[in-house]
Amino acid sequence: MNKTKKHEPLVHIAKRDSLPAYKAWAIRATAILAALIVAGIITMLLTGENPLKVYSTMVKGAFGTSRRIWSLLQSLAMLLCVSLAVTPAFKMKFWNIGAEGQVLIGGLATAACMITLGDKVPNVLLIIVMIVASISAAAIWALIPAFFKAKFNTNETLFTLMMNYVAIQLVSYFEMLWENPKGSSNIGIINQATHAGWLPTIGNFEYLLNIIVVLALTVFMYIYLKYSKHGYELTVVGESENTARYIGLNVKKVIMRTMILSGAICGIAGLLLVGGTNHTITTTTAGGRGFTAIMVSWLAKFNPLYMILTAFLITFLQSGAGEISTVFGLNESFSDIITGIIIFFIIGCEFFINYKLHFRSSHKEVK
Amino acid sequence: MFKKLLSVVLAALMVFSLAAVVAGCGSETKSDSLKFGFIYLHDENSTYDNNFLTAAKEACEKMGVEMINKTNIDESDACKEAALDLVDQGCGIIFADSFGHEDFMIEAAKANPDVQFLHATGTKAHTEKLDNFHNAFASIYEGRYLAGVAAGMKINEMIESGQITADQAKMGYVGAHPYAEVKSGYTSFYLGAKSVCPSVTMDVTFTGSWYDETLEKEAANKLIADGCVLISQHADSMGAPTACEAAGVPNVSYNGSTVNACPNTFIVSSKINWEPYFEYAIKCVQEGKAIDTDWTGTIATGSVELTEVNEKAAAKGTQEAIDAAKAGLESGKINVFDTANFTVKGEALTSYMADVDSDAEFKGDTEVVKDGVFEESKYRSAPYFDVDIDGISVIE
Repeated sequence: MNKTKKHEPLVHIAKRDSLPAYKAWAIRATAILAALIVAGIITMLLTGENPLKVYSTMVKGAFGTSRRIWSLLQSLAMLLCVSLAVTPAFKMKFWNIGAEGQVLIGGLATAACMITLGDKVPNVLLIIVMIVASISAAAIWALIPAFFKAKFNTNETLFTLMMNYVAIQLVSYFEMLWENPKGSSNIGIINQATHAGWLPTIGNFEYLLNIIVVLALTVFMYIYLKYSKHGYELTVVGESENTARYIGLNVKKVIMRTMILSGAICGIAGLLLVGGTNHTITTTTAGGRGFTAIMVSWLAKFNPLYMILTAFLITFLQSGAGEISTVFGLNESFSDIITGIIIFFIIGCEFFINYKLHFRSSHKEVK
Repeated sequence: MFKKLLSVVLAALMVFSLAAVVAGCGSETKSDSLKFGFIYLHDENSTYDNNFLTAAKEACEKMGVEMINKTNIDESDACKEAALDLVDQGCGIIFADSFGHEDFMIEAAKANPDVQFLHATGTKAHTEKLDNFHNAFASIYEGRYLAGVAAGMKINEMIESGQITADQAKMGYVGAHPYAEVKSGYTSFYLGAKSVCPSVTMDVTFTGSWYDETLEKEAANKLIADGCVLISQHADSMGAPTACEAAGVPNVSYNGSTVNACPNTFIVSSKINWEPYFEYAIKCVQEGKAIDTDWTGTIATGSVELTEVNEKAAAKGTQEAIDAAKAGLESGKINVFDTANFTVKGEALTSYMADVDSDAEFKGDTEVVKDGVFEESKYRSAPYFDVDIDGISVIE
């Protein structure tokens, strides 16, 4: 044994220069497979159920009937909509954790128009008022933290997070104000008899309008981020604020402008959820999408087209999960475990795409 | 070598899972037997939903009906989607358990006239006038009254042992919302206690949520700090019972026994047993009969139940006192809302227009005081007693 020999670590981590796309996707596919295997083993150990059966139940839960497919597309569209909303802010490295509240405020504005103006103005006018109200209310809600960030450099993560709770409390206040019957804190379906303020349905397809709107937004956001001057400016601010300032960008303006856009799209999500789907508002109308959207956006590396894929993955896991608890009588927490494992692997595999592992091998010693 | 082996294993697995998916899709079978679909707001972790889950399982097993459960269904479009999905799966009866589900069930009922839709705690069946949409509840105020008798006995014991004076006989009540169902519940509980302990008073506080463990715990602790010597609740988590156990304050529970978590403080619990209603509905569908628009279960139908009395916490003779009051209720000798037993602002209640129809105007529309009795659950199954009576103070 040579005492002076340098100690070589077992594993040596090195950053990859770049990886061909097919290799990156191969790593991702392997990660999903590995996740399915691990989740399968855990399923067998914990419940004794056949994991293949569990997976096929998930698929059936998501795609089993045409209604389920529509329902999946609708959930996908709504999650994607909120994800599109947070993307420009995140690309600018403005941590907008407040999408949940922005969606709720957009929804609240929609509900307010439906309740106070329903049957008082023509339906077309009502819907126009709803669109304007929901978009501007949510945009202003998002502008508040952006303004404070731009003017006083406040912490936007905390600020937007706190705004969520304010929004939730506002919604519960109005739930009590508009409750029916008295004391129940329940609004119920708004204008159930007259359908005043309900967004129109295209043919017999209840959710088609939502899906088309979100699809259009996706294309818009892709072009906005990739080809527009605004999109370029917010990317520069995100990469380095100093550089942005150096090249003469008005950073404050970019921050506020981007958050108005972010909030406005959240407002559209609120409008679609309240005016198009639920026709009521509760504190759970946003349903955690404001937070899930952050994951969707990050996983897709802020590319709106990839976000269709990541949003699909998460929506599929969620709608499949419900069916697992129905068929196997397993608690919803179990589906959460499976979803958690799969997402853990998918996020984890990004490490292997960006870094390379060199194992200490015996070959070197032979040389 | 290892890599090659791994890739082979992975490839094989992929093929298998694909095959399983394909096979799974093909094996959809349709049977002619009746299927009963259930929609719950939460899952078995909520005492409220668990009560329905247990009853559904027992009723379906007993009647030989296939049961399909959907848990954690929000009070939104998700409820309608769940109901329509249950229709797709061939359910002949579909039930939803939460108040906020009602409007969405009505939407689903309108679209599927051949399927029966049942809704617990709702108020709109008698005004919607659909043949296939029905409300149900139980005269749980009678159960609450009996539970109140147990509470009164316990307080009498405290007074007799010198632990408190008659003036300090104050109970606390953790309510969810200031809604008729809750008001009717705590008033009957109070009247039950008052029937054995005339000096008793009660403080009520609302959490503003049907299920919030932290808030319910805090509310119970606050009531205890304010001098309440016994606590009961109408909210669905274990918050209040566990707060009582920690503080050593006796608790009268709801929705089922909490004796396992609270062996030293749990006295008794009232609950609605939904099994008789589910069996009734199944029988109606099987025999092609119409289901009642508003069905109110009673002690006689087995819908209103009291759990076993926990001897360790309850006063002596509690079971006997409950049995006597129960016999009185069944024979009609005792009426919970007998206007002779309570006053409103110092005066007897001679007339009251209750808001029975859930319309846009929150106005009383039906006279419910008749022959000296407030007729609860007669004009619709869900409770509508929402009078503030003397002896109960609501704490904001």
